[in-house]
Amino acid sequence: MSKYGEKNIKAYSNNFTTMTPGPVAKWMRTCVIFQIFRFIAINLKMLVVVKKSH
Amino acid sequence: MARLVVLGGGVSGHTAATFAAKWLGSSHEVVVVTPNAKWNWIPSNIWVGVGQMTKEEVTFDLAPVYAQAGIIYHQAKALGIHPEGNEASDKPYVVVESTKAGEEGQVENIEYDYLINATGPKLNFAATPGLGDANGLGEHTVSVCTADHAVHAAEELQKCVEKMKAGERQKFLIGTGHGMCTCQGAAFEYIFNIEHELNKAGVRDMADIKWISNESFLGDFGVGGLHMKAMGFAVSSRIFAESLFVERNVEWIIGAHVNKVESGNVHYELLDGSMGEESFDFSMLIPPFAGVGLKAINKAGEDITADIFAPNGFMKVDANYAAGAYENWKASDWPETYQNPTYSNMFACGIAFAPPHPISKPMSSPNGTPIVPTPPRTGMPSGIMGKAVAHSVCDLITKGADAPLQKASMAEMGAACVASAGKGLFDGTAAAMTIYPVVPNFEKYPGTGRDTDYTFGEIGLAGHWIKHILHHLFIWKAKLKPGWTLIPE
Ligand SMILES: Cc1cc2nc3c(=O)[nH]c(=O)nc-3n(C[C@H](O)[C@H](O)[C@H](O)COP(=O)(O)OP(=O)(O)OC[C@H]3O[C@@H](n4cnc5c(N)ncnc54)[C@H](O)[C@@H]3O)c2cc1C
Repeated sequence: MSKYGEKNIKAYSNNFTTMTPGPVAKWMRTCVIFQIFRFIAINLKMLVVVKKSH
Repeated sequence: MARLVVLGGGVSGHTAATFAAKWLGSSHEVVVVTPNAKWNWIPSNIWVGVGQMTKEEVTFDLAPVYAQAGIIYHQAKALGIHPEGNEASDKPYVVVESTKAGEEGQVENIEYDYLINATGPKLNFAATPGLGDANGLGEHTVSVCTADHAVHAAEELQKCVEKMKAGERQKFLIGTGHGMCTCQGAAFEYIFNIEHELNKAGVRDMADIKWISNESFLGDFGVGGLHMKAMGFAVSSRIFAESLFVERNVEWIIGAHVNKVESGNVHYELLDGSMGEESFDFSMLIPPFAGVGLKAINKAGEDITADIFAPNGFMKVDANYAAGAYENWKASDWPETYQNPTYSNMFACGIAFAPPHPISKPMSSPNGTPIVPTPPRTGMPSGIMGKAVAHSVCDLITKGADAPLQKASMAEMGAACVASAGKGLFDGTAAAMTIYPVVPNFEKYPGTGRDTDYTFGEIGLAGHWIKHILHHLFIWKAKLKPGWTLIPE
């Protein structure tokens, strides 16, 4: 029985060598509270890059 | 009074024309020649292509916006440029053909003092047999490159969903339709939006989803990949991309030049020289891009297209086109001002300028078939270039021919990209990325070619919110609504 996050990896196929997220990492991606903080952080990071590019 | 003619009212041309009109005021003329009556926020075509947005939500009428801005608008396509005028006059002009209902095919000459070519890409479906029909809609495949294409794609997708609901398994093949394609990002967004929608429709287990691309590694995206700081490592975009493909159970074929498309089947050649076939029930393959095919004629009536345009139809600008082998390439090969070297009153920006060379490492199969993504010029660089070129032209007009030109090299600017991986207010995700600079500078940043302090990426709901907000923000800006100049390109 393959573990969560590993179910799509096939032995010796071209997808064997990558990393896959576990349940917590996946849950965090749509956890609204956490994502509100990420929203602020990403916006700030993007603004810096936008400013440096003009 | 000087006249600036802008060819193309897309991301780059619209930005250039609207800023030029604002800066020049009514003392000079700004003219836009563009074949469509509507402006299209192209990134959201992905959501139209999965039925999550309508065509009306991603387009708006250009005429009222240009009327408000004082821009003279010709709904027409440019056919040719006469940069020296003709035997009757020294005044340069463009030949345009109307695309307006009732006036189709009417040809007229428009004189200019300055010209900005922002005609974007010709969707070169014809480069791959079977990829597209005469209208540019997929003959056997679908496309999301225009809003109309995307509407068609959504209809075809819905048919597949119905079949799956009726118990028929379906194969999806998404990616690039030629070995020299760019715009892998759009295909990347589309494949994950389809996966997301099939999940929502409860038919994911009835679908086999496969990616096919000319990238030599997943996550190349035509920029040679990128390294992002994560968990204390500088991680290659390859790891991130492969991870997402595995997580969403999407298989991949990479290093592929699709050389023929038939009903339900593609033929391809791989970088190792082997040939393969892949069947599909639904396929969206991005066509390769070329210049739109403008001709250039000198005063004597001779065809000088080859002097002004590169063989791929994109306009030559102040780039180093003689950089030679990959080992010689430098960040400084990339253009800074986008001024045509032969005619100083002509500029090309956005996708319309000829890049000096690929950004990804060039590769070809043992049969000699080049299989390498060509350089993308995504929305943010296209907008920045458009604004910089408009600034230069306005300075030339108002300050004189010696005014210094604005610079906006892709080797010195970054780009913020948000690649949707599924739409939804609470269950949507997108990969939010920045890349700095777009063209790697290995002299300044040995190793990765980029500043890893400003090159990052993460996937999550926040990225989706940003993508959705950007949709509204950029349509607001393009409509020249209050505060539009404050929204950065
Ligand atoms: C499906 C899809 C999704 C994308 N998603 C993103 C994204 O999420 N983020 C991002 O940054 N970029 C994205 N891009 C890329 C982005 O759309 C381009 O970078 C941008 O549109 C380039 O701007 P442009 O002005 O050079 O070309 P365009 O926006 O294509 O504009 C060219 C204009 O020229 C007009 N034209 C064509 N021929 C002529 C002629 N003969 N005479 C006059 N006018 C002519 C066209 O009608 C058009 O209006 C996406 C592209 C696609 C296809």
